Amino acid sequence: MRSRIREFDSSTLNESVQNTIMRDLKAVGKKFMHVLYPRKSNTLLRDWDLWGPLILCVTLALMLQRGSVDSEKDGGPQFAEVFVIVWFGAVTITLNSKLLGGNISFFQSLCVLGYCILPLTVAMLVCRLVLLAEPGPINFMVRLFVVIVMFAWSIIASTAFLADSQPPNRKALAVYPVFLFYFVISWMILTFTP
Amino acid sequence: MAAADELAFHEFEEATNLLAETPEAATTSRSEQLTPQGHVAVAVGSGDSYGAEDEVEESDKTALLQEEKQQPGFWTFGYYQSFFDVDTWQVLDRIRGSLLPRPGHNFVRHRLRNRPDLYGPFWICATLAFVLAITGNLTLLLAQRRDPSIHYSPQFHKVTVAGVTIYCYAWLVPLALWGFLRWRQGVRERLGPYTFLETVCVYGYSLFVFIPTVWLFGVLALALSAAGLVFTLWPVVREDTRLAAAVLLSVVVLLHALLALGCKFYFFQPLPPAHVAPPPRATALPPSILLPPTSPWSVATPDGQSLQAQHERTLLPALPTLRP
Repeated sequence: MRSRIREFDSSTLNESVQNTIMRDLKAVGKKFMHVLYPRKSNTLLRDWDLWGPLILCVTLALMLQRGSVDSEKDGGPQFAEVFVIVWFGAVTITLNSKLLGGNISFFQSLCVLGYCILPLTVAMLVCRLVLLAEPGPINFMVRLFVVIVMFAWSIIASTAFLADSQPPNRKALAVYPVFLFYFVISWMILTFTP
Repeated sequence: MAAADELAFHEFEEATNLLAETPEAATTSRSEQLTPQGHVAVAVGSGDSYGAEDEVEESDKTALLQEEKQQPGFWTFGYYQSFFDVDTWQVLDRIRGSLLPRPGHNFVRHRLRNRPDLYGPFWICATLAFVLAITGNLTLLLAQRRDPSIHYSPQFHKVTVAGVTIYCYAWLVPLALWGFLRWRQGVRERLGPYTFLETVCVYGYSLFVFIPTVWLFGVLALALSAAGLVFTLWPVVREDTRLAAAVLLSVVVLLHALLALGCKFYFFQPLPPAHVAPPPRATALPPSILLPPTSPWSVATPDGQSLQAQHERTLLPALPTLRP
């Protein structure tokens, strides 16, 4: 309680940059933990921030870049495409759930959807490591399994946070776009070839 | 009918005309008669459209309040919320209705009950765009399995193309259709050309059938989808001259078929031009052999015919090229 009051002091202006950054990083890290072990809590909703989603989106988009030159026309998604899909996808889902009558605020929903990309970013990391080994059906099976597990984890995490804010007879209507969103991201991860 | 006379005094003509149009409206006629002029109604209650008694009270209130309460303006959030006023079972019901078009049952009157929603069209189009791109990708993957010389790549730009195509089709064609119907019917809206949103809704739900059958994209899916559209439009064009009605319906079916064919050829081409995707300037040939870019097919290759064919496909990837 005391630290909360102190936060609203103007003394945060005088603190060192390291303090500020560490405080924000700790908040982001705490939310990552909440995503990795989803329980019905409203930490993500109460103290929302968009740093985590930004970090995750940039990481994912950078990892989805291919190193080769001949990827102009029919290559993988460009950085901008990934960025647009993630952010506009999240905005569209948020608008959809608000239009259906959900009582969650705009940025809270963006925050949850962005943080729940964490399992898929981990899957991307694992896939890139697995792709360093020789290609083959086993390689593909491992990647498929990892992506499916992380996809399910993302969906479970986001519905754990978002489901309560929807009207009861429209829950499926609000959850389906979330499913589509993470499915598209999983597809981009699975079809990545270096 | 007596109660309707008392309350709907300024809409009596509209009511009788609606009844004349839809002889099967006896079960749900209350809400249809008392719907305000624009079918974009503010949802006064929840979306349960089977409770006739509740509907009588709600629509009575709507009719009485219509004079005093304006519809929310298009700049308010509530205006758009009225288009998403559907429950899960309603969306599923509408999807089922689009999968099984029946000649007597008009989709707009029977399933939408003149309360169009935008949830269905929007998310069905989004799903269809992604499913098209994904299935196109899968086709390429399977082709590469069979023939390892094909260069596999995710081809992500197809998602953009798919999205733009589907959304343009699902919004611009209903716009044109609505405009045409309004023009033909003059300004007498009560004779039942559908509102713009109802047309968009019909087109959106009619695209649903392509999602599960996307592997085939075949004649069956096209027939179901086009049948739904035709059966919905038939009551409206029935009054027009036979020539105009026939032309309109055939144009609708033709556009739908063009969409299906275009998607089939663009997304499911078995041999994509990826094999020579790097244009000739980036190949490993030494510069002395490089000829002017207009005639790379005179380069001596063991299979000159296929290089020429592939070069054509590189230049014109969107046109259908059937494999010999």
